[in-house]
Amino acid sequence: MAGFSMRPCGDFRTTYRQDTRIFDTVFVRNAALLGIVATALIPFVLDGYYVNLFIQISYFAIAALGLNILVGFTGQISLGHAAFFGFGAFASAWINNTTGIPVLLSIPLAGLMTAAVGLLFGVPAARIKGLYLAIATLAAQFILEDFFSRANWFTGGSSGAAANPVNVFGYEIYDDFSFFYVCLFFLVVMYVLGANLMRSRDGRAFVAVRDHYLSAEIMGINLTKYRLMSFAISSFYAGIGGALYGHYLGFVSAEGFTILLSIQFLGMIIIGGLGSVKGTLMGTVFMVLLPEVMEAGVSVMSVFDWARTTAVTDGLAYIKEMAIGLAIILFLIFEPDGLAHRWQQIRAYWKLYPFSY
Amino acid sequence: MLCNTLTLFREFGTQILINGVGRISAIAGAKQKDTDTGNAESGSLGEPPRLRTGEASKAAQVREDIDAMTSHDPILQISDVSLVFGGVRALTEVNFAVHPGELFSIIGPNGAGKTSMLNCISGRYHPTSGSVHFKGQDVTGLKPNDRAELGIGRTFQNLALFGHMSVLDNIMVGRHHLLKNNFLTGALYWFSGAQKEELEHRRFCEDVIDFLEISHIRKATAGTLSYGLRKRVELARAVALRPDLILLDEPMAGMNLEEKEDMARFIIDLNEEWGMTVVMIEHDMGVVMDISNRVMVLDFGRKIAEGTPDQVMANAHVRKAYLGEDSDGADDTDEKVA
Repeated sequence: MAGFSMRPCGDFRTTYRQDTRIFDTVFVRNAALLGIVATALIPFVLDGYYVNLFIQISYFAIAALGLNILVGFTGQISLGHAAFFGFGAFASAWINNTTGIPVLLSIPLAGLMTAAVGLLFGVPAARIKGLYLAIATLAAQFILEDFFSRANWFTGGSSGAAANPVNVFGYEIYDDFSFFYVCLFFLVVMYVLGANLMRSRDGRAFVAVRDHYLSAEIMGINLTKYRLMSFAISSFYAGIGGALYGHYLGFVSAEGFTILLSIQFLGMIIIGGLGSVKGTLMGTVFMVLLPEVMEAGVSVMSVFDWARTTAVTDGLAYIKEMAIGLAIILFLIFEPDGLAHRWQQIRAYWKLYPFSY
Repeated sequence: MLCNTLTLFREFGTQILINGVGRISAIAGAKQKDTDTGNAESGSLGEPPRLRTGEASKAAQVREDIDAMTSHDPILQISDVSLVFGGVRALTEVNFAVHPGELFSIIGPNGAGKTSMLNCISGRYHPTSGSVHFKGQDVTGLKPNDRAELGIGRTFQNLALFGHMSVLDNIMVGRHHLLKNNFLTGALYWFSGAQKEELEHRRFCEDVIDFLEISHIRKATAGTLSYGLRKRVELARAVALRPDLILLDEPMAGMNLEEKEDMARFIIDLNEEWGMTVVMIEHDMGVVMDISNRVMVLDFGRKIAEGTPDQVMANAHVRKAYLGEDSDGADDTDEKVA
C-alpha cells in the first residue's frame, strides 16, 4: 500500500508509543543524533566561512519552519514572512537595548512579540483564503517595512538599530565559533518542538484545516482559532529566526526585510517540501548552499581559456543568478513535492534494490 | 428522475435484502407487483422491515420497540425548520423528532432537501426560521465545531477526508474535542502529558479501526484509497468523535453490493452495540426499509410522510412523489418505464 514507511524486515511495533515516534527506526534516530554531533564539530574542522554559512542556514531554517507551519501545514499562503523575520530582529534588539534583559532571554521574548503582531495581521486570514489572503499578507509586508523605516523609537528609523551580542553568564559571544552553538541550540530546539507539535492534537488540526476545512469544522475544530494560531506560531518562529539574525550581525537595518526575502522563504519550503518539517531544513540548506555551489562552478570554469574572456567574466554574476533560477524551476518541474519526497524515494530505492517494487 | 426513482421502488421488490447479521435473504420478484400497485402492507413483502429477531410476530415486535423508543424525550427535535436561499425554498416548515437509540432515515427524490436538513442539524447551514433542539438544548445558532462537543458527528455525501493524512491521523482528528493537549503541551510532547494522552486516544482509535475492519490500511494516505474504503474511513472518523447522534449522508452511495452489506452491518452495530442514534440519508430503498426504525420522506423541501418503513411504503403521497401523478396501476407505470 502506498504511504507505508520503509521499515526494515523484522521491525515490529508492539506498543503505540513505538508507532508515534518522530523517527521511523532506531537507526534513523541515531543517524539524526550523529548528524547533530557531527554538525557540532563543524567549527573545529571547517574554516570560518562554513561556520558562517551554517549560522545563516540555522536562522533561515527556523523562520522557514514557521512559514511551513503556516503555508505547508495549515494551507494559508503568506507573502509577508520577511517582515515578521525583520520584526523579530528589531524586537529583540529593542528589548535588550531598552530593558537590559539578557539577549538569550530577549530572543524568545522577541518571538512572542512577533507572534502578537502576526496574530494582528492574521485576523483577515480568518475570513479570506487563497490569493486574497496572499494579497492581505502582502499588505502586512509593506506596512511593516514602512513601520521599520518610520518608528525611530523602535527600530532607529533609517539609521537602523544596534543589536548586542549574545551574553552567556557574563561571557560575551562575539565570534562565529561560539554563536554557532547558540544557533545550533535554537535550531534543534525549534525543530524538535515543531515536530512534536505536528504529531499532537493541534498539529493534526492544522493539517485538517488545510485538507478539508468543512469537515475539520464538523470534527470540532474552530477554524478561526486555528487559522489565527497558525499565524501566531508562524510569526513566533520568524521572530526567533530574525532575532538570531539581528544579534549575529550586531546591527539591524530595515533594508534587509523586503518581499524578495519573503519569496526566498517560500522558495525554501516549496523546494524542501510543503508540510514537511524535515523538508524545511533540506530546502533551506539547498537555498543557502546553491549560490555557493554556483560560485564553485564558476571558479572551476575559469580554468578554460574561453571562460576568461571579458565577455564571460563580466557576465558571470548574471549567469550565476540565472543558474539559480533555472535550478529552482527545474526543481519545481521534476520534484514538485520537494526534497523531502525525493529523499523518501531514494530511501525506498536503496531498500528495495535491485527490485523497484 | 422518474425512471430512476421508479426503479428504486421496483428494486425493493426484487432486490436482495440485507438483514441484521449480514445474511442475505432474497425476496422473490413475484412480490414486485404488489408493491407497485399500492397494496404494500407489511405482510405483502413477506417480511417486516427488521429481519432480526427471527420471531413470528416481528411486525408487532418492531412497533413495540419503536413505541418504547419514542416514549423517551427526543434526542433531536426539529421544529418548523425552513431554509431559504434567495428565492429557493430548500426546506419548508419541517418538523420531526428522533429518539435516543433510533435508526432514522430521511429519503426523498434528488433535490428534496435531505442534505440541507442534515446541514441544518450539523450546523453547516442555519435555518431561516424554526429551531433545532439537541438533548433538550437549543442548538439552532451554534457553530458546527461546538456541536461536535455536544455529541453530533457526521459523514459527507461527497468524500471529505483529509486526503494527505494517514487513515490513522484522520481518525485521530475525530478525537480532537476529547483531547486536552494544546499547541504548547503538544510541542513539549514528553514533558506535558501530551504523549500519554495521545496514546490513550490512539487505543480508542484502534478499537474503531478494528470495528470497521480497516486495520490493513491504517498507515495508508487517505487520498490514495478506493472509494468504498474512503467511505469507511470517513465513518470511522465520525465514530471516533464518540457522538450520541451520528448523521450519515448517503453512506452507501456508489458502493457495490458487498460493500453495502458491510456498511449496513456497521450502521446496525453502531446503533445497537455502540448505542448511537443514527440519522441517515440513503437512496438504496432496500437498505433503508430494511434497517431503519422510522423513515421520513421529503419532497421539494416539505415533509410528506413519516413512520415505520411499511407505513411509508404504503403512503399515497410518497408514491406520488416517487412515481408521479398518474400511477393508477402497475401495468400503466410499467409501460411508462418501457
